Amino acid sequence: MSEVWDVVVAGAGIVGAACAAECAGLGLRTAVVEAAEIGGGATAAGMGHIVVMDDSPAQMALTHYSQTLWHALSPHLGPAVEYESCGTLWVAVDDQEMDEVRRKHRVYASAGITTEILDSHSLAEAEPHLRQPLAGALLVPSDGVLYPPCAAACLMEQAQHNGARLYAPRRVVFARAGTARLDDGTELHAAHIVLAGGADTVQLLPELPIRGRKGHLVITDRYPGMVRHQLVELGYLKSAHSVTTDSVAFNVQPRRTGQILIGSSRQYGAEDSAVDHEILAAMIDRTRWYLPDAGSLSAIRVWTGFRAATPDKLPLIGPWPGDETLILATGHEGLGITTSLATARLVADHLLGRKPKISIEPYLPERFSRSLAHA
Amino acid sequence: MSAHFDLVVVGAGPAGIAAAIAAARAGRSVALVDDNPAPGGQIWRHGAHLPAAARKWLVELQASSVVPFYGWRVIDHPAARLIRAESGADCTDLQYDRLILATGARERFLPFPGWTLPNVLGAGGLDAMVRGGLPIAGKRVVVAGTGPLLFAVAGHLAARGAKILAICEQAQLGHLASFARCLLSDPAKLFQGAGYMLAARGARLHTGCWPVAAAGTTQLESVTLCQGSRKWTVACDYLACGFHLAPNTELAQLLGCRTAYGFVVTDDLQRTSVTDVFCAGEPTGIGGVELALIEGQIAGLAAAGKLRDAQSLVPRRQRKLGFVAALRESCTLNPSLRNLADEDTIVCRCEDVRHAALRGRASWRDAKLHTRCGMGPCQGRICGVATEFLFAWHADSVRPPVLPAMVSSLASPGPTRNQPASLSAETAISAHSKETP
Repeated sequence: MSEVWDVVVAGAGIVGAACAAECAGLGLRTAVVEAAEIGGGATAAGMGHIVVMDDSPAQMALTHYSQTLWHALSPHLGPAVEYESCGTLWVAVDDQEMDEVRRKHRVYASAGITTEILDSHSLAEAEPHLRQPLAGALLVPSDGVLYPPCAAACLMEQAQHNGARLYAPRRVVFARAGTARLDDGTELHAAHIVLAGGADTVQLLPELPIRGRKGHLVITDRYPGMVRHQLVELGYLKSAHSVTTDSVAFNVQPRRTGQILIGSSRQYGAEDSAVDHEILAAMIDRTRWYLPDAGSLSAIRVWTGFRAATPDKLPLIGPWPGDETLILATGHEGLGITTSLATARLVADHLLGRKPKISIEPYLPERFSRSLAHA
Repeated sequence: MSAHFDLVVVGAGPAGIAAAIAAARAGRSVALVDDNPAPGGQIWRHGAHLPAAARKWLVELQASSVVPFYGWRVIDHPAARLIRAESGADCTDLQYDRLILATGARERFLPFPGWTLPNVLGAGGLDAMVRGGLPIAGKRVVVAGTGPLLFAVAGHLAARGAKILAICEQAQLGHLASFARCLLSDPAKLFQGAGYMLAARGARLHTGCWPVAAAGTTQLESVTLCQGSRKWTVACDYLACGFHLAPNTELAQLLGCRTAYGFVVTDDLQRTSVTDVFCAGEPTGIGGVELALIEGQIAGLAAAGKLRDAQSLVPRRQRKLGFVAALRESCTLNPSLRNLADEDTIVCRCEDVRHAALRGRASWRDAKLHTRCGMGPCQGRICGVATEFLFAWHADSVRPPVLPAMVSSLASPGPTRNQPASLSAETAISAHSKETP
């Protein structure tokens, strides 16, 4: 069997679903191939924050752009997506971290994002269950959280509503020169094939500079109101930035269900999806240091997932130098939910030759062309 | 807190009690862990008028060197030869050389309109509440579902003064006849069965019959039953439902034990696919008390290294296996039971997921991710068993904790460790160190 499309999207996680929704919405004849459930991979394993991150100017540009797209979309998301505009509190433990709060405040302001500096007292009022005293925090009110599997499903429904066809459960086993071959032998031909399979994209392009970075999360029973904002320690970025060491960072979220989602851990080289009790223990200890009452909450589940990590912490968005029919949309590490909509917009801009609203340059796969040239 | 035992037995029902006693007699140090406050399991529940044989086992357990951990629930398997258990706000690690899983079974519920009303209860659940002191004398009770448990519960409730209006067995009479033939080959069971029937005298047995709806404003007031094309409504105070039993295999799965057709696979000496982990009783196949006692003894002896003694009991076990097969056959659910739920019927009680939301889902995981079915505190123990029958879905892999546990118990046993988490930006984890910064 052989079919012709404008675009084939390999993978219906949040990034693939967003690409499909964008392409189908523009009238492109779009096929989507997913091996398992919609949003069932890293999308389901992640926390689901819609945050602006200032790790680098390029990261800030992408997360900020994408967040504005989420804000525009949020009224159209169904209740199952559980979008909550809870804001983020970047928590500072000492004066040194308060300096970082002030620096961050300036950086966000320069990007046009309103933030608020909370002193120790205001922080304790905003989040009474946090350890006291803490030095203060930066409140980013525009951040939010959502439930990623249903967000992906919502985008996929939108794509299908606009004529996209879903092949599932089917796996793309080969993708080159405008042809995607599926595991049942079906060949889909298209001008462009968007590879949005997260860390699994390396199965199609083994030379991609992507590694799985394992994470653990814990979800509790329902404790409505106990935590009001997404809480992140200021050390988070440093933790997330390390590319060699296993690390944990304090990061909890209130969910619309009243449940509390507890993260986070980062491990390289761990291929086994089993829970690693040692790093889980470190993650919990860190959580309890910041949120002492967390220890007595009832935990319902622990799970793990693999982020698609690149060496420079930026995603791969755009044509692959070895075969320009292949458009990469992967490598988002822990920011795939946030940046999915901007990724989709950049992919669509590239396909249609439109000028993108932010430069695609920092995310182009060709920045790794030296290593890719040896493919 | 942490302790080491030659043998840790999880589950203090008949299989676990027999295993613990057999191993203790062989000179091993044995811990017996159960989340109930007293030994006996579901079947020999504390406060019951127990048969003489049960009392004998419990007395022997009391007199043995077995170290009790009653009121402790096993939540995790954080490292090799180690299980973690919780009791109230306490948490402990139990180290073992060998582990015996005797985790029993739970009732299978099937959703039908009104099944979530107060006073629609599990048959075993109502039985346990009555043993716990719920006054039942003079109350009108309908018992429905499938399997010999219905008769046991009806018999016990009748003995406590309940008015059993009907016993509704979903199986057709023909299925029951073959089951009865099996009972004839086993005088002990026949006696037990006859006793239940006598105790439940006055109750009308309907075969090929099941509830299609329960109704009431704030609690159960009536149940509508169907038998073939006949439908009628019975006013009652309680509806005790149980559509046979589902084995508790979650801990075995977490440990990596191989399962087949939903049951833990063992060899003749109750050894699972995981070295030094044994399993006995209902998780290996629903077979009732006598078989559980034999399997428990085999497991206890084998785990204590008394292989010859264990082997000598194997023929007795073999003779009971016919009962397992007959029970399985007689309790096979009528496919019509898949149609009991209407689109508004709640299937997952923890997350209020209705039948309509589940129709058309591709798999258990698909349903979990997109409807939250099975994501609540029962971790899918109730709705997972139901959807396996309704939609032929199979539960995905088991992850820790096997039961909801305190967040602190995921980190470490014992008192609060409030130590940071050094304030440096990163908490580095050395791959070979047990210490956390």
